[in-house]
Amino acid sequence: MTDAPVTLGEAPLATAALALGDDALVLSHRLGEWAGHAPVLEEEVALANIALDLLGQARTLLSLAGDEDELAYLREERSFRNAQLVEQPNGDFARTIARQLYFSVHQHLLYGQLAAGDGPFAPLAGKAVKEVAYHRDHAEHWTLRLGDGTEESHARMQRALDALWRYTGELFEPVEGLSVDWTALREGWLAAVTEVVERATLKLPDGPQSGAWTAGAGRQGIHTEPFGRMLAEMQHLHRSHPGASW
Amino acid sequence: MTTMAPDAGAQDTTAHEAVFDAAVAAEERIEPRDWMPDAYRATLVRQIAQHAHSEIIGMQPEANWITRAPSLRRKAILMAKVQDEAGHGLYLYSAAETLGTGRDELLDKLHSGRQKYSSIFNYPTLTWADVGAIGWLVDGAAITNQVPLCRCSYGPYARAMVRICKEESFHQRQGYELLLALSRGTEAQHAMAQDAVDRWWWPSLMMFGPPDAESSHSAQSMAWKIKRHSNDELRQRFVDICVPQAASLGLTLPDPDLRWNEERGHHDFGAIDWTEFQDVLRGNGPCNDQRIGQRRRAHEEGAWVREAAAAYAAKHGKATA
Ligand SMILES: [Fe+2]
Ligand SMILES: [Fe+2]
Repeated sequence: MTDAPVTLGEAPLATAALALGDDALVLSHRLGEWAGHAPVLEEEVALANIALDLLGQARTLLSLAGDEDELAYLREERSFRNAQLVEQPNGDFARTIARQLYFSVHQHLLYGQLAAGDGPFAPLAGKAVKEVAYHRDHAEHWTLRLGDGTEESHARMQRALDALWRYTGELFEPVEGLSVDWTALREGWLAAVTEVVERATLKLPDGPQSGAWTAGAGRQGIHTEPFGRMLAEMQHLHRSHPGASW
Repeated sequence: MTTMAPDAGAQDTTAHEAVFDAAVAAEERIEPRDWMPDAYRATLVRQIAQHAHSEIIGMQPEANWITRAPSLRRKAILMAKVQDEAGHGLYLYSAAETLGTGRDELLDKLHSGRQKYSSIFNYPTLTWADVGAIGWLVDGAAITNQVPLCRCSYGPYARAMVRICKEESFHQRQGYELLLALSRGTEAQHAMAQDAVDRWWWPSLMMFGPPDAESSHSAQSMAWKIKRHSNDELRQRFVDICVPQAASLGLTLPDPDLRWNEERGHHDFGAIDWTEFQDVLRGNGPCNDQRIGQRRRAHEEGAWVREAAAAYAAKHGKATA
């Protein structure tokens, strides 16, 4: 291992593995930030469960593209391929649940397609899709409770859905190396999210699903400002001891 | 609330007491519906609550390193460990509930300072090696303390401890293994490991509580078979376990008086600074305010979430989270 920044192979398989792997890695990290801060003890367990599933997926995926630790700890911000949605800060519990809802429904449908195909990601997706079904269930249940709970929780949940809406479009930008029907993915996602949101007495946001010049940006290595700080924290110790093993 | 036997006068109490005493003497388990003396119930609630609080406060010093774990493998191990501690909290609050005291009431007492948690968690985790030192020494000391509790006279507590001890022994091994990797690593990593052991050794010895001569609850708890061994016995057992492990780790324990005593068949060790122990216990440790502050903040900031779950359950007739 060296401490020189890692550059990526651009083979389609590596590109796809990094897109999926970075989504899982970054969201796992954000969920890990909840440890010791959750609103109720059961959620300490549930959020850690989801974070651990995602971290396991990330490790498998990054290992397809190279050395998992070199990729996680020695890449610069511009080399990460995750969607911007997953790097968004936790905010309050509603914000975290909205992020979970948008992402887990997407991941569940995406992995469902990958598992049904015969591409290189089918075995991994087949295993992960069961984990992700639980993540989705967790997010949907909390969306219902918060949306249809108290006046305050309803308002917070609506604000959270609205604030993160602009990061959802990117989830349906085609990723090289994945054979996926992106149109069907988008339609399935929209139908599922709409159903839950309406059942939760909430409104589907009506703004654009991407920012002015940022459609597909995370996949190109364009991230939002909080991401750099997240990486600084995540990578600091590893980078402080070049070549060390842990 | 569990059902307490209806108060049918003093004679019945005496008869109940005889049955209870005989069951304890015969090493039978006392179960939630069995009659038990009020003081036994109160002692158990106090002890189980303190134990549960320690599990959830104990998440903080290690969670402090989740976002900085230096490899993905270590990160997964650490997240799983912190999650286990939350699970231990859940089992223990449930065990307390079987005695008629709910989690909300116990959390209130923790947040208002009327109930305590283990003082060890009032020390800071300053480096990554502290995660290893906590696993090896703090989980190690917890196991030494808790293995005998698997035979505690109160059934639900004993059963919770069986599950918990299994997981704690994983934590202890993972901590040892983390320190071993550092000790055999670069010079800087080795120094980091030694520094962590230097800081955590004495507080770990304090985890067994005051010396037997000054321990206020011990005698009655022994008679009730809640406690099986004295504080000093357990502390000695822990020291005897750690000395050879420290040697295999290639690390030293910060005690010039530590040596094998052939005659006793145990290690002698130096005097513990009980002034520091009392000081930390009184609230003057490096992290007392920080730990309880974070716990209160998480609870207060989560109030609207719990209220929403309750409101939803009331509307839809389902159990809450
Ligand atoms: Fe524990
Ligand atoms: Fe533990």
